[in-house]
Amino acid sequence: MSKKYDAGVKEYRDTYWTPEYVPLDTDLLACFKCTGQEGVPKEEVAAAVAAESSTGTWSTVWSELLTDLEFYKGRCYRIEDVPGDPESFYAFIAYPLDLFEEGSITNVLTSLVGNVFGFKALRHLRLEDIRFPMAFIKTCGGPPNGIQVERDRLNKYGRPLLGCTIKPKLGLSGKNYGRVVYECLRGGLDLTKDDENINSQPFQRWRERFEFVAEAVKLAQQETGEVKGHYLNCTATTPEEMYKRAEFAKELDMPIIMHDYITGGFTANTGLANWCRENGMLLHIHRAMHAVIDRHPKHGIHFRVLAKCLRLSGGDQLHTGTVVGKLEGDRQTTLGYIDNLRESFVPEDRSRGNFFDQDWGSMPGVFAVASGGIHVWHMPALLAIFGDDSCLQFGGGTHGHPWGSAAGAAANRVALEACVKARNAGREIEKESRDILMEAAKHSPELAIALETWKEIKFEFDTVDKLDVQN
Amino acid sequence: MPFQSTVGDYATVATLETFGFLPPMTQDEIYDQIAYIIAQGWSPVIEHVHPSGSMQTYWSYWKLPFFGEKDLNLIVSELEACHRAYPDHHVRIIGYDAYTQSQGTAFVVFQGR
Repeated sequence: MSKKYDAGVKEYRDTYWTPEYVPLDTDLLACFKCTGQEGVPKEEVAAAVAAESSTGTWSTVWSELLTDLEFYKGRCYRIEDVPGDPESFYAFIAYPLDLFEEGSITNVLTSLVGNVFGFKALRHLRLEDIRFPMAFIKTCGGPPNGIQVERDRLNKYGRPLLGCTIKPKLGLSGKNYGRVVYECLRGGLDLTKDDENINSQPFQRWRERFEFVAEAVKLAQQETGEVKGHYLNCTATTPEEMYKRAEFAKELDMPIIMHDYITGGFTANTGLANWCRENGMLLHIHRAMHAVIDRHPKHGIHFRVLAKCLRLSGGDQLHTGTVVGKLEGDRQTTLGYIDNLRESFVPEDRSRGNFFDQDWGSMPGVFAVASGGIHVWHMPALLAIFGDDSCLQFGGGTHGHPWGSAAGAAANRVALEACVKARNAGREIEKESRDILMEAAKHSPELAIALETWKEIKFEFDTVDKLDVQN
Repeated sequence: MPFQSTVGDYATVATLETFGFLPPMTQDEIYDQIAYIIAQGWSPVIEHVHPSGSMQTYWSYWKLPFFGEKDLNLIVSELEACHRAYPDHHVRIIGYDAYTQSQGTAFVVFQGR
């Protein structure tokens, strides 16, 4: 059994390229898109990725003989061509479960997307997907409440939630900000949102905002007879400060708070999710900085991985793009990762960008949030794409209404309900979108004006990051 | 010439959640929505409450949930019977989904006063 120490540099593939290996159910599997430097064989690049993201380093070291590396090493077990891209290939790597701390997304990412991304033998590297084994999933807290509990708390059934971000993003005083919240909620929105940039700036300290917003939420709830909420952004300078704000939101009897999980970090996010679970608070998750990491087709981390990581770290709602609005994202890819937010089992499906079967077991689902450059004309498509377990957020599409935010909110609510009603009655809402909206506008002057205001606005740019297909 | 503003005044309205912003449905439209509930495999549930209690989590059941009921006409006649028994109550229909333990949909069919 025992081996002799043989100093020097071995080729990575001698140890880490194991095409005969059959992955275990408990292995964490990853698919990387690799683009090597010219002249380096694929197997060597793939094995280097496996090594550098698990037990290996560039040189043989004596101390590796103190352990059983065969038990701990990551292995590349398959290499595949990337359709339509001759210079790159997919490397499938299996990592043994014991390489990762229980419940720590931070630890998983530190290993998988750590040093290896700066490795010189690679020109580009992209983490396309991770298959989390059930044995790991069961150690994660996941969404503090999940879709079903959130619906029960907010009393919203049979339709997407309707929300909007308060605008302008920056510069409003607490009292003025609360006014805009009140206008939106009394007009028929379920939820309003702090812009991600709003934390606690000189023009509006957090406590000021929280108090005025709470008054607005309660008043709108009283006057409309419906349950309302506002995502109070608790993203802060330090974890201590973050918890202080969360506690105050609870003291004010607010149903939901918010966190920015990438800029704030996974450790902070998991901590706040745990706090929410213990305190009966819903958690809305923003994703600022994601496009820096996920937009380049050959380098970085695909958003489907970041979405899976969020479901494990914890959040009840996550931004996913809109497909139709002003921000990047194609339809099939988006459907692929919103399945991974909401379903309990998602099969491998390359046409949706999902590289592995993913079993989520009993982990609750996360609402998909569509936000960014959408307006009433998009409503039928949004409902068709995102379905009921989503939150549709119209910022400019609410506040930009000629009569103001309350009328803008009412227009969106009428449009949403008209589309849901038409869908349930068996109509093809995308094909008949114009008829459905125009009919609904007959009894809603607010909707009629909204349809007139935004009739020419489209965002038709091709997506930068597409699914890999043969052209 | 007096000043004429093109801005309308939006007055807050009290509504009852899903479909609260649509005009009252015709009988055929209600039939379509109940048919949708049945087609999803959800169980129809009828609930009612005095308008003063409309924000309560629990409304009173009308009888028991109609588990597995596929007969649209039966559900419609139960809705009407509930409305006759409690003419001043809100009456809503729910499509209950036992798999998610949630309501697939819910909306008010008769508004009390």
